[in-house]
Amino acid sequence: MTTALLEARDLSIHKGLRQLLKDVTLRVEPGDLWQLAGGNGIGKTSLLRSFARLASIEVYGDLSRCDDVLYIGHAAALKGAMTPRQNLKYHPSGLCTPTDTEIDEALAAVGLTGYENALTARLSAGQKRRVTLARLFLTSGRLWLLDEPFTALDVAGVAVLEQRFAAHAQAGGAVVFTSHQSADLGGLLSVFDLEQFRGD
Amino acid sequence: MTEARDIDILHYCRSQTARHLMLMVRSPSEVVNPLLFFLLVILLFPLGLGPDPEQLSVLAPGILWVVALLSNLMICMRLFVDDLEDGSLEQLAMARVPLSVAVLPQLLASWLASGLLLSLVSPIFGLMLGLPLDVAPVLVASLLMGTAIMLLLGAVGAALTVGVQRGGILLALLILPLYVPILIAGTRALNEALQGGDPTVALALLGAGVTGGLLLAPLAIAAGVRVSLEL
Repeated sequence: MTTALLEARDLSIHKGLRQLLKDVTLRVEPGDLWQLAGGNGIGKTSLLRSFARLASIEVYGDLSRCDDVLYIGHAAALKGAMTPRQNLKYHPSGLCTPTDTEIDEALAAVGLTGYENALTARLSAGQKRRVTLARLFLTSGRLWLLDEPFTALDVAGVAVLEQRFAAHAQAGGAVVFTSHQSADLGGLLSVFDLEQFRGD
Repeated sequence: MTEARDIDILHYCRSQTARHLMLMVRSPSEVVNPLLFFLLVILLFPLGLGPDPEQLSVLAPGILWVVALLSNLMICMRLFVDDLEDGSLEQLAMARVPLSVAVLPQLLASWLASGLLLSLVSPIFGLMLGLPLDVAPVLVASLLMGTAIMLLLGAVGAALTVGVQRGGILLALLILPLYVPILIAGTRALNEALQGGDPTVALALLGAGVTGGLLLAPLAIAAGVRVSLEL
């Protein structure tokens, strides 16, 4: 029997007086790719943040997960005054302690060769997104929680990301991400529709 | 299943301190502004009070300490604001290091750039206010410790109010009462030294404050950051 990387049972999430989601039950096993789907404001980000344990006050129910988590939210945690290389090397999550060559390889993987030493503030929105996603090529994290990873990416960028997801799943990791567009991940992807868990 | 790779806490702290120092070097105004504020106020006092060195040196301990306190408040107001906005703070909370440890590098970097710098140049400011040079060691020692406690206490308030829109005044209301004992101990040390007394008691009190602050404040800061991230 495999141990689940994340297990949520009867999770309900509140925002003030409103119940956002109720009775959410999800089990994420190694090799799983889950897309959290649902309209704007249904609570995708809130659910993802509760999985990351960044929100817990207004979350009720059982949640257990492994410690080896990589979370990427809406805000990219990039400093405009630093270069992409420095941003990755001194990243506050400290999940990895990459060497310079590893960082350059990761930046090459997301198509940012030649921008290693440019100021991050000068990069375009899509390029900044790519810098953030370069962390996926550096991390040892097993469970990835990604909020809208495809935002601002071009077609080639999306393809790179999809390949990385598939490789991570094959290596025994798991990804939970929110997205409005349907990702091309073949049979690997399971969609978790939040509409059925809408709160009262 | 492989266990989560342990990360070296010391290595992490070193890399994060480097990150914050680097950011300060890139935007020097955040370091220079509080110092400039300190300099301007100290320059203005002799103009307002008259240039009599006797009178100035009586007031100098109070002036120096109040201005140090206010410039510290300016630093605390900015402490976590950018990091909350750009998501660095939530990434800090995701680090596999206790959050109470993970917040320390930023405080260390801030103190190096503010408290340490201010303490080291304070004898010059003291001279401008007619403070004799032989109390300079007490001035530097009291400010070194005082700025450290004030930063630790201020960071607790900053962590709690960072998510609040325009939380500056709220922060001041929260932490100024806590600054009062430090202000009293600091000026007391200087006054004792000026009058030929023994400043050790007041300095020891400040030292105790630093030790206690280092032990307890990180826990409160971490709790404050977690609350602010919920909003």
